[in-house]
Amino acid sequence: MFSNNGFVISLTLLIALMASITPMPLNVDAFRPDWVLIVLVYWCLALPNKVNVITAWVMGFILDVLLGSVLGVHACAMALSIYIVVVNFQKIRNFSVWQQALIIGVLSAQYHLIVFWLQRFLSDAVFLSNYLYPVITSIVLWPWVFLLLRRVRRHFHIK
Amino acid sequence: MNPIFNQGTSPAQRLTLVLACSIALIFFDHKMASFETARGYLQSLVSPLQYMANAPQQMMTWASENLVTRQQLMKENTSFRENELFFHEQSMQLSIIRQENERLRSLLSSPVRGENKKMFAEILSVDSDPYSHQVVINRGANDGVYEGQPVLDEKGIVGQILHVGVSSSRVILISDISHAIPVRIQRNGLRLIASGSGQIDRLIHNFVAHSADVKKGDLLVTSGLGGKYPEGYPVSRITSVRTDESREFATILSQPEAQINRLRYVLLLSKEKAFNPALLNKTKSKKGVKL
Repeated sequence: MFSNNGFVISLTLLIALMASITPMPLNVDAFRPDWVLIVLVYWCLALPNKVNVITAWVMGFILDVLLGSVLGVHACAMALSIYIVVVNFQKIRNFSVWQQALIIGVLSAQYHLIVFWLQRFLSDAVFLSNYLYPVITSIVLWPWVFLLLRRVRRHFHIK
Repeated sequence: MNPIFNQGTSPAQRLTLVLACSIALIFFDHKMASFETARGYLQSLVSPLQYMANAPQQMMTWASENLVTRQQLMKENTSFRENELFFHEQSMQLSIIRQENERLRSLLSSPVRGENKKMFAEILSVDSDPYSHQVVINRGANDGVYEGQPVLDEKGIVGQILHVGVSSSRVILISDISHAIPVRIQRNGLRLIASGSGQIDRLIHNFVAHSADVKKGDLLVTSGLGGKYPEGYPVSRITSVRTDESREFATILSQPEAQINRLRYVLLLSKEKAFNPALLNKTKSKKGVKL
């Protein structure tokens, strides 16, 4: 994990974390894609022996601290979403990129719904349809992130 | 080498472990609030990330501030000069009125209101989490920020400090669903509570009787009850009053005065009084008389 490979993986995850907290105008902010989830899904599909549920949980925990939500909410949602990928990685790998994008959409929707359910349970949040806007942007973003990260992986020979 | 067969713990085992951890964390953080101190440390740990995430935006603002024409600057300068004259005149009036007010209050033997110490801060990042309305500012425990400190912008109350890190801290906004602030109507002194609604441009006032004298356009100011916020700062303006007799209470909504969705600089008020020599002399002389 502390070798060069691990370093590149953590760097991409760090950039994803930063992208998910950079300040944005309010009406664009609702469409912010789930950067961390997408990057984690890529690494899970490519290297399931390196990136797993526990990595996802840790990233979710950092996200909780960064976003100031109740500790464990994003961690729990992230771990559950990544678990589905980890269990089915061999099937998902063989899909075309656009089919994978649809799966990302389902995962992202599930992630946001779990976060909403937990928040609803904790603090009476009311559901607004714009909580699911990130699903659309995540679907659109997946092919590009996939191609970019595949290039990164091949360039650095991460195995 | 990649093992062909999965060794060690299975994903399901990992998931159970991790879910148990999350449930424990949620329980201890939300129900017992036992992570308050740990949160401070975590906040300081991730603050470099926040500074880094904020860097592109700061670069943009730096560029836009540096790339202005001479004409624009001159125009701005004249408008600032006009404003300064205007404010100076007002402040002259204000100092006389303040002295008069202090004298009257001391005659009435009510406590003299000193000036609060203020601190300037810049917004570092705004949360993308739609369930909590919070921002992070670039002042922390090193600058003397404390939990519960009121935060305002030039128009009105913004919120209060939630968690304090070493060099950054987190502000909960008045529009957050878990936040409420005691207010009164400036026109007639009627007391209300402004609760956050989770929407940035809306506060809700619960438990107001149908007969209460509330009108659209009324300004709500902090009432100073509860001891968190000092008295008399504007909070919001009533946008709608609906008295549906079939319901138990009137439905009253208001819009925050502070421009919460375009915050950049904020002011922190502190409980410590700013040093005021005139006030000090007065209290001394008073003591002397008593002795």
